[in-house]
Amino acid sequence: MKNFLFELKESLFISLYAIRANKVRSMLTTLGIIIGVTSVVLMSTAIKGIDNAFQKGVSSLGSDNLYIDKWAWFNNDIPWWEMRNRKNLDMDDFKKYEDLAKLPAAIAPTIWTNKKIKYKENNVEGIMISGTTNNYINTTNLSFEAGRFFNDFESRGARNVAVIGFTVAKQLFPRGNALAQEIKIGDVKFKIVGVLDEQGSWVMGNFNPDNQVFVPIGCVFKYFQGEKFRSITINVRAPNSTSVEAVKEEAIGIMRRVRGLSYSEDNDFSINQQEGLLTTINQTIGVIQIAGLFITGLALFVGAIGIMNIMFVSVKERTREIGVRKAIGAKNRTILTQFIMEAAIICLIGGMIGLGIAVTLSMIVNQYLPTAVQADSVILAVVISLLTGVLSGFAPAYTASKLDPVEALRYE
Amino acid sequence: MNIITIEHIAKIYQVGTEEVHALADVSLTIGQNEYVAIMGPSGSGKSTLMNILGCLDTPTKGVYDFNGVNVSEMNDNELAAIRNKEIGFVFQTFNLLPRSNALHNVELPLIYSGMSSSERKERAMEALINVGLENRVYHRPNELSGGQRQRVAIARALVTKPSIILADEPTGNLDTKTGEEIMVLFNEIYNAGNTIILVTHEEYIAEHAERIIRLRDGLVEKNEKVENRFIPKKRESHN
Repeated sequence: MKNFLFELKESLFISLYAIRANKVRSMLTTLGIIIGVTSVVLMSTAIKGIDNAFQKGVSSLGSDNLYIDKWAWFNNDIPWWEMRNRKNLDMDDFKKYEDLAKLPAAIAPTIWTNKKIKYKENNVEGIMISGTTNNYINTTNLSFEAGRFFNDFESRGARNVAVIGFTVAKQLFPRGNALAQEIKIGDVKFKIVGVLDEQGSWVMGNFNPDNQVFVPIGCVFKYFQGEKFRSITINVRAPNSTSVEAVKEEAIGIMRRVRGLSYSEDNDFSINQQEGLLTTINQTIGVIQIAGLFITGLALFVGAIGIMNIMFVSVKERTREIGVRKAIGAKNRTILTQFIMEAAIICLIGGMIGLGIAVTLSMIVNQYLPTAVQADSVILAVVISLLTGVLSGFAPAYTASKLDPVEALRYE
Repeated sequence: MNIITIEHIAKIYQVGTEEVHALADVSLTIGQNEYVAIMGPSGSGKSTLMNILGCLDTPTKGVYDFNGVNVSEMNDNELAAIRNKEIGFVFQTFNLLPRSNALHNVELPLIYSGMSSSERKERAMEALINVGLENRVYHRPNELSGGQRQRVAIARALVTKPSIILADEPTGNLDTKTGEEIMVLFNEIYNAGNTIILVTHEEYIAEHAERIIRLRDGLVEKNEKVENRFIPKKRESHN
């Protein structure tokens, strides 16, 4: 054991010598590993970042929330044409449900439309306008930077009032003071009564409250589209997460009655919830992970082949040196250790460089996409590069260790 | 007491379908503090015998007894240990590690025997002083002359205090004057009580030894004492 440690230390020095003596070759060799490790770390970082963001986005939907909709959001069991042929959900359905439902903590209808909004010279295209009622705020956890949500009175009267998301406020009012200003949605003037706090979950895209403008649902019907034109979504919040299932059961029962379905008929609506989204996200991330693993695995494999190739050349070049070492008492194992060590060090250096590049890159990317470099990425990089080194160095090192000293000494 | 006893040793190589008898039947003994030269034309089996004596190779037939241990049936690792502890090699082409300095080259066999860093530095330094290279310790081989390189190699051979020094044409790559200096050094080593086996094809080099073993066609042709051993004289200066 003591001997082995000595040999290990000696191998380390010899390997460092050899690597230094062949700088250009060593650098070229590490390139494969640099690329491999960079891609592994970036990939794992990106996947983690995407996953984190998704999870956050999902939780912003609220685990206590149900969404009664014509469409199933995340489920692929029902063919889309079947859902397309469903009757639209309209305000009558909503009102009947609201009257009959006992369990929910809050219920609000929503309808979405896209409009250009304008404040003086500032234009923002394609903003999602959510038409809803004053109860909407109770189905969410939204908080306000300034002002309030529109009230029952404004909601029923379909007054021209609007609550704008954080990003929308930034775009229209770069210098702040959005409250009580008048903006134009389409061609209609609205007064801002509230500005939301930043929610900051990019995954939800246009559905992110940051990018939305909320107006009374009556306004949408009045100004932008007929009441029967599009299906609405009913947001339902359960009092707590344990009652979600009960609320769901009740909703199904009521909606079937409201929609006049007979026993033999399938539901002509869907109850959407966070769980469905989670399943979809996990599936998607799983696919990304497998694809990522494959690609980075390929990069590493190519790198490993490169190392192996160089190590074979190195063994060939140093045949005589191996002969000398054996003549003065190096055992086969010692030679094996030396060459594996050399490959491992080359890979480790490559791995460290790759890690540096990956961290730098992910810091740059972080400004556009959320990424997360974590300690396990570092460990991953070290382990992978060492493993690649040992595995790719083994065959050449074995060849070296089995050289006949007589032959090796005679080698020119 | 004999360090080396070999009895009816043969080495047969398979070259294609033909068997080549590099050594047919060789028996000899080499005693403590002997200075023996092995001579012979090329193809005489000289190199094969040297490889077997140096435990770099094992004989096909026969028994090789080294200090009372039968080495003819040892495996690679056991042979490596014997080479490390009992045999000091000096090669025609020096065979130093090009990227390591003189000290590290001399240290190498001690590293393989697992000696601690401070002790082996001390021993290596001592060996380099003994061959007169105290001023060249941190030079790499390409910064040394041929004679100096061979001295480093000799220091490396001596540093483990081996039972035998096995020198294969040690002056073959050196000019006459430098070669002489190396032979002076060998004589000193011999006088200090070491056992030296010198493989050469040059008569005047072989005559530095006490005894010459002449090989021909894989057999010992002659094995006789040198009547008038040539004792080289030390010159005033060597670089």
